[in-house]
Amino acid sequence: MLLIQFLIFPGFLFAATIGLVTSWIDRKVTARVQMRVGPPFLQPFYDIIKLMIKETLVPAGTSKWFFLSAPLLGITAVSLASLILWRVLLTPSQTFMGDLIVLIYLFTMPAIATVLGSFASQNPLASLGGSREMKLILAYELPFILVLLVPVIKLQSIRLGDILLGTAAVHSISGVLALLVAILCMQAKLTLVPFDMPEAETELTGGAYIEYSGPPLAMFKLTRAMMLFTLPIFLMTVFWGGIPFAQGWLPLFLGILKYIALVVIMVLVRNTAPRVRIDQAVKFFWGPLTIIAVLAAILAYLGW
Amino acid sequence: MSFAVNALTRSLNVFHLAGSACNNCDIEILATLTPKYDLERFGLVLVGSIRHADLILLSGIFNKKSAIRVKEVYEQAPKPVVVVAIGGCACSGGMFRDSYNWDQPVNKYIPIDAYLPGCPPKPEAMISAVVKLITKLRGKKL
Repeated sequence: MLLIQFLIFPGFLFAATIGLVTSWIDRKVTARVQMRVGPPFLQPFYDIIKLMIKETLVPAGTSKWFFLSAPLLGITAVSLASLILWRVLLTPSQTFMGDLIVLIYLFTMPAIATVLGSFASQNPLASLGGSREMKLILAYELPFILVLLVPVIKLQSIRLGDILLGTAAVHSISGVLALLVAILCMQAKLTLVPFDMPEAETELTGGAYIEYSGPPLAMFKLTRAMMLFTLPIFLMTVFWGGIPFAQGWLPLFLGILKYIALVVIMVLVRNTAPRVRIDQAVKFFWGPLTIIAVLAAILAYLGW
Repeated sequence: MSFAVNALTRSLNVFHLAGSACNNCDIEILATLTPKYDLERFGLVLVGSIRHADLILLSGIFNKKSAIRVKEVYEQAPKPVVVVAIGGCACSGGMFRDSYNWDQPVNKYIPIDAYLPGCPPKPEAMISAVVKLITKLRGKKL
């Protein structure tokens, strides 16, 4: 039963489908910003199917096992994260002690999989991308975890179900600050443009994924699409009341609207900002954002 | 038309391979990829790595030195992959045909699926070439 849930409904297949639809929204909004028409609705699906029929090339001299298992690690982690998150969203009583912390770890796994894969591919550009990804993980995890303390302090619980059922954190000053910092951290977690140094299409030509082809590349792309779906939902669950399923049509519709708004904000930021250097990104996350995150945690402790 | 061919022709990732071109064809290739023509409508996206490529656009002459490299790059691409020779130089050697370092046409090194002459060809001509190529891949008459 749990295996079916993992593979189909709140797990892999569901997250992959909605994630690909979300990546279509991303590409379509990008196209409209650049005054283009944009790709057709099924374009992300065709991209994945095409990659599945392509040949898989493994560069000479690499560790085959590491090279091919890295994308599998990422996709498994994000499917598991989607499963835990949606079980709680659908029935909040299915939460368990510390699932917030489990989710924080699972959301770091795709980035670690990218690092492993890039170092396993033995390409100088890929190693450069991998080292940048590693620095980026170190940079954004600090404010991200600090900011997740805000709802934990407010509701005195590390169970996702309690946080979902309690008052949404965004109705207070500390919650608004926390959500803003979390959106920027999400941008970096998804390696979207101001923080896309690991890929850096113009200088590293694909960066961490440069040696991947065929099905492993499709897995990496799916992982990215699934993260694009799961992370905004996670932030909404923690800070903004999630998507309510049991309260009729209007709250459900508003919840979906909130999700699309979060995605469109990310896409607009990605289309209007230039890429920063890795040292600027680390300074930005460890400087201003960490200070705001600590401030938000203190405000939450004081009851604001 | 098979399922695989359908998926391939709807999502061709373009890799641009310039072999000592005079930059004229390259500029026209980039002009084709600008928002004015918006090739993403048909799923054509420019990629930076040969491992992600489905459609290789060749431009420029391939002389005794660069022809070995183009062969190497072609072998690094995951198959199935289609190749289009863009411009008079890539098609036939152009004005460099009698040059001292020109050995033989590029189709002696790698298989070419479509030739697009012109110096340089216009973006409309490139789009027409890709449309004809897709029609051919799908097994229909031109």
